[in-house]
Amino acid sequence: MSYTRPHLLGIEGLERSEVDFLLDTAQEFVAIGQRPVKKVPTLRGKTIINLFLEPSTRTRSSFEIAGKRMSADVINISDKASSTTKGETLIDTALTLEAMCPDVVVIRHPSSGAPNLISKHLSRAAVVNAGDGLHEHPSQALLDALTIRQSLGRIDGLKIAMVGDVFRSRVARSHLHLHRILGNEVRIVAPPTLAIKEFRELGAEIFYDMGPALEGADIVVSLRMKHEYLKDFYVPNLDEYSKKYIVSEPVLKKYAPDSLVLDPGPFIRGIQITSEVADGPRSLIAQQVENGVAVRMALLYIMSARRGELGTEDAEEA
Amino acid sequence: MSTRLHITGGRLFDPSIGLDEIGDVLIEGGSIIGVGPAADFDGVQDAERVDATGLLVCPGLVDIHVHLREPGQEWKETIWSGSEAAVAGGFTRICCMPNTLPINDSASVTEFMLRQAARAGLCRVDPIGAITMGSEGKSLAPMMELAEAGCVAFSDDGAPVYDAQIMRRALEYNLMLGTVLTVHEEDLSLSDHFSMNESAMSLRLGLKGMPEASENVMIARDIELARLTGGRVHFCHVSTARGVTLIRRAKEDGIPVTAEVTPQHITLTEEAIQEYDTNAKMSMPLRKEEDVQALIEGLRDGVIDCIATDHAPHEADSKNVEFDRASFGMLGLQTSVPLVLRKVRDGSLSLARAIESLSSSGPRCFGMKENTLTKGALGDVSILDIDTSYTLTKDINRSKSSNSPFWGEEMSGRAMFTIVDGRVVFDARKEFAGIFAE
Repeated sequence: MSYTRPHLLGIEGLERSEVDFLLDTAQEFVAIGQRPVKKVPTLRGKTIINLFLEPSTRTRSSFEIAGKRMSADVINISDKASSTTKGETLIDTALTLEAMCPDVVVIRHPSSGAPNLISKHLSRAAVVNAGDGLHEHPSQALLDALTIRQSLGRIDGLKIAMVGDVFRSRVARSHLHLHRILGNEVRIVAPPTLAIKEFRELGAEIFYDMGPALEGADIVVSLRMKHEYLKDFYVPNLDEYSKKYIVSEPVLKKYAPDSLVLDPGPFIRGIQITSEVADGPRSLIAQQVENGVAVRMALLYIMSARRGELGTEDAEEA
Repeated sequence: MSTRLHITGGRLFDPSIGLDEIGDVLIEGGSIIGVGPAADFDGVQDAERVDATGLLVCPGLVDIHVHLREPGQEWKETIWSGSEAAVAGGFTRICCMPNTLPINDSASVTEFMLRQAARAGLCRVDPIGAITMGSEGKSLAPMMELAEAGCVAFSDDGAPVYDAQIMRRALEYNLMLGTVLTVHEEDLSLSDHFSMNESAMSLRLGLKGMPEASENVMIARDIELARLTGGRVHFCHVSTARGVTLIRRAKEDGIPVTAEVTPQHITLTEEAIQEYDTNAKMSMPLRKEEDVQALIEGLRDGVIDCIATDHAPHEADSKNVEFDRASFGMLGLQTSVPLVLRKVRDGSLSLARAIESLSSSGPRCFGMKENTLTKGALGDVSILDIDTSYTLTKDINRSKSSNSPFWGEEMSGRAMFTIVDGRVVFDARKEFAGIFAE
């Protein structure tokens, strides 16, 4: 088992063995975060650039902590500080950064496909997608899978229900790809404006009602309904939305009594999920955040160690 | 001194008059003065000769939808470079859209375009004027002034005429001018800054999709407005199966509408985008296989009248960016003939329908004089090699831009000679010597 691709651009197209390898590696890194001294010399001398061209707190800090725990030099470049705001193209920004010889470029970008674009132009650095537009958010899907595996002891043969704004969620898309690879049954439940029929072609079953969607679910994934989306007429207002779709204890108890709940965050209490669920025994939210660092440590480790091992030939391959 | 041009031994092919025979064409003073066996002509010994043996001699090909970018974006294309691409692609006449900088909404812009076309002196260039001032959709452009200056049709292409009342008035006003409105059909509230077709693929790629309905509701609206006013509507770059159905129905009802399809829309589906290939980003977007099949069927049975390229040059810098920020469009002038002939070769289109839709059908949509291989017609003739196969390389590109997804592909057929006004303005054996292996 190994992961030999030059980049991690998305979950789509990965092999089951690659997913297992990434999760196994991440599991090994979980212990480091639980030590009193949370620093290992694994990536000493490696340089990681976090190119975050879209606002992000948790993903950026998660990648930053991951790099620092392994003693890598981590440089954060944010939207305001980057030259793209001065009119430089993304490719030029990426080439400029590569000239400084980073081992990994972690990119968050509002345009879908931006990591794919820079990966075609970078010959040495590995590109890790930290969320691109509405395309993919692979590290989030992997950390969710790791969290599920720790809790249930397996990540296949499961019933997964995703509730909320699946359409405007790159997390939902990465989840769909991942569960297809793992052979899990995925149901999405949201108003028809968001749970559009094309999701069937991505392997999901579509529901408009919570009951049948949650029936017997092992995992319920709660997704954010953003207030700013109201202007696009997806739902009349958030009160009406939450009346039907809020993830609450009575609904879970009735339809999926044994289910555990994930939320990639940031979540809105009282709109998408009740505090009783978010803070209750079903909630894996804190564990997700903790695993986020471990998964990102694994990704940075694999992507930068691989460079050293494979030497110059790999540059041509990439 | 000879002013005569003698095309010898070619397969004379003009579907509009049912002509298909081996013979010669004689052109003098810009007009065809003889068509048939060489023995019928007098005084051909002093004429300039074009040997068309083994080649298809057609009425001059016409492309009624190109973007030449001049004035204002000369780094993408000029009227000169666009004319060079046109004649190298076999076209004797092209109609250029008004979305230049400034927009072609005044006679001075039209006259400038015509002067630049005359300076190039290659193919005929007919400007299309704007329907509304600045193509902003708010007030009518002076269409009479534009028509008098030489505009052959009107369009706000790149954008729809979104206000139905303005569209209605424009259609009525054009009854007086006898001209056609050639329209880009897009309901902007539905398309919402799209990047591609709305589908499972757009969902997967996370790109904003334009639903078919965005195009179809505007086609339906303008069919009704054509019915209301009697004004003539020409639908640009139709991309949906449903659009073909709506247009078919409108024609059956006797409503004065015509339509074009691009070579790319009968060749490619949205799958050409693969992993964010911006060369396959265009407006209308590439759709699905069932749309491609319906467009070919519509072209075959005449519901879609003609082929037009929507030649849309863009410099590499505007394509080498994030997909949602990339410019729309691709080159078309030098790939139209081979892509359409590919459809002939795979049996989905007859040669007669292919040549008709590339030559006489477009001018008919605009109410312009049609090229034909008959005595007294304009001396505009395109001579094609329809049997050749080759790999398309950038060596032959005459555009200033190179945004096309077709480089490196196998092509069949190409223009060999392009003759405008009795003059050979393109000769592949000279221009592309050494590029095409004979």
